[in-house]
Amino acid sequence: MDSKVVSMKEAIAAHVRDGDTVVIEGFTHLICFAAGHEIIRQRRRDLTLARLTPDLVFDQMIGAGCARKLVFSWAGNPGAGSLHAFRRAVESGALEIEEYSHFGMVARLAAGAARLPFGVLRNYMGSDLPAANPRIRTVACPYTGETLATVPALEPDVTIVHAQRADRQGNTQVWGLMGVQKEAAFASKRVVVVVEELVDEAVIRADPNRTLIPGLVVDAVVVEPWGCHPSYAQGHYDRDNDFYVDWEAISKDPGKLQGYLDEFVYGCADRAAYLARMPGLQDRLRARERTCAGVNYGF
Amino acid sequence: MMAAVAARELRDGEVTFVGIGLPNLACNLARALHAPNLVLIYESGAVGAVPERLPVSIGDPSLVTGSLMVCSMADVFQLFLQGGRIGVGFLGGAQIDRWGNINTTVVGPYAHPKVRLPGSGGAAEIAVHARRVLIISRLNPRAFPAEVDFVTSPGHRFHGRPRRELSMPGAGPVKVVTDKAVLETDPESGELVLAGLCPGVTVAEVQAGVGWPLRVRPALDAPAAPSAEELRLLREVLDPRGLYL
Repeated sequence: MDSKVVSMKEAIAAHVRDGDTVVIEGFTHLICFAAGHEIIRQRRRDLTLARLTPDLVFDQMIGAGCARKLVFSWAGNPGAGSLHAFRRAVESGALEIEEYSHFGMVARLAAGAARLPFGVLRNYMGSDLPAANPRIRTVACPYTGETLATVPALEPDVTIVHAQRADRQGNTQVWGLMGVQKEAAFASKRVVVVVEELVDEAVIRADPNRTLIPGLVVDAVVVEPWGCHPSYAQGHYDRDNDFYVDWEAISKDPGKLQGYLDEFVYGCADRAAYLARMPGLQDRLRARERTCAGVNYGF
Repeated sequence: MMAAVAARELRDGEVTFVGIGLPNLACNLARALHAPNLVLIYESGAVGAVPERLPVSIGDPSLVTGSLMVCSMADVFQLFLQGGRIGVGFLGGAQIDRWGNINTTVVGPYAHPKVRLPGSGGAAEIAVHARRVLIISRLNPRAFPAEVDFVTSPGHRFHGRPRRELSMPGAGPVKVVTDKAVLETDPESGELVLAGLCPGVTVAEVQAGVGWPLRVRPALDAPAAPSAEELRLLREVLDPRGLYL
């Protein structure tokens, strides 16, 4: 079979189009900033950005003017402050929002992955969220009559997930926090996987329980070591908590935000150029060894 | 003070859904002292976490290393939370009202907010499903209005309707730990009443910090100031960089 490996530039050019609904998932862990930066560099517009926690990656994309709408469930910078580009855009009315809770977003992607029209959950009684978002509705259980909450399925045009490793077909293995990446990939029309390491199919086959996303739902594989920074990849590098703290002052000031984008996004042709601008970064954040023993898959 | 008082509320062996910041400190303090078998579950998917450093976020890599299980967020919310496995949920908020309703969404009207806050995260469903909810927040009139601007996470009365009419599996907020006092939910009315005063604080000071006429229990608890051991753990072991203290 042909390899699905392409460059980040090629993957974004081929799979992310103006007006798309774009999911870049990863809950704190494995957030693909490299893809977000390339989308900014290719000046995509009118995107509907969806993820549970917009995080710095969507704050940067909103600040760069890529987004028309944001779908989310928690928009903050944990322990450090706010996402100020997001806040400015909401408070000025420039950005449309559609807001759920985490459970609501998880249920939306799980329904999308199963090609069901909506997700069902016992939730939102006693909350103003359904009044703020009329897409949160209720249904009567056909067996018991109980009123349950519903959320519409989310089927993104494109989902981008980062992982520790994949083979050339996109069989993708993840360890550490797994968030909603599997559901998001299965729900999406197109899937781009970005990895720290490209491995032979034999490596995947030796440990199939660790495969989170099968190659059969993957359209493109990009090899981009350190592609998550300032997010992290378990076993490869730690989260750059100092940068998350620094972001508070950068995003608060539109001038500083533009300066950041000019230097670290537009001013870098690719991820290698981005990393070259931060000497010492890799020594500071490289993960220590905590390997586990394998298991016996024999029969 | 808040972290120490909140930690004492946690029982050994309990299954706790942990939020970031002070709840995280309180849970790890309890685990280091009287509740070594406290099971910490983070919404990021870490179950039975034993973080070797204070996690800055609830998705910190130190929550994974050495934990009992790492699961997807679908499992966290469907199997653990909605499945009724969570004993205590720990929440904070920008606004907390007379009925224990929590607002983490907006200050001002939703369509034209004065301040846009982060939103629910997992808080709305934690407030519905956890067997009981503890709230932790500094006491001041902005944080404790008579009514929140937006109910993100339900307390005991929703636009006049009592919680028991709304078919929620969990009991809702039972206690609010602040830097000046401890408030508890009155089982009859569902409103927060003054139940305990921190050392050196008067009833008048607490009343000045809330936006409704506060009912005062006839016999008030007096939560002890943090012990030397609690302070040492908090300042030297759990939060040496002073991120949350």
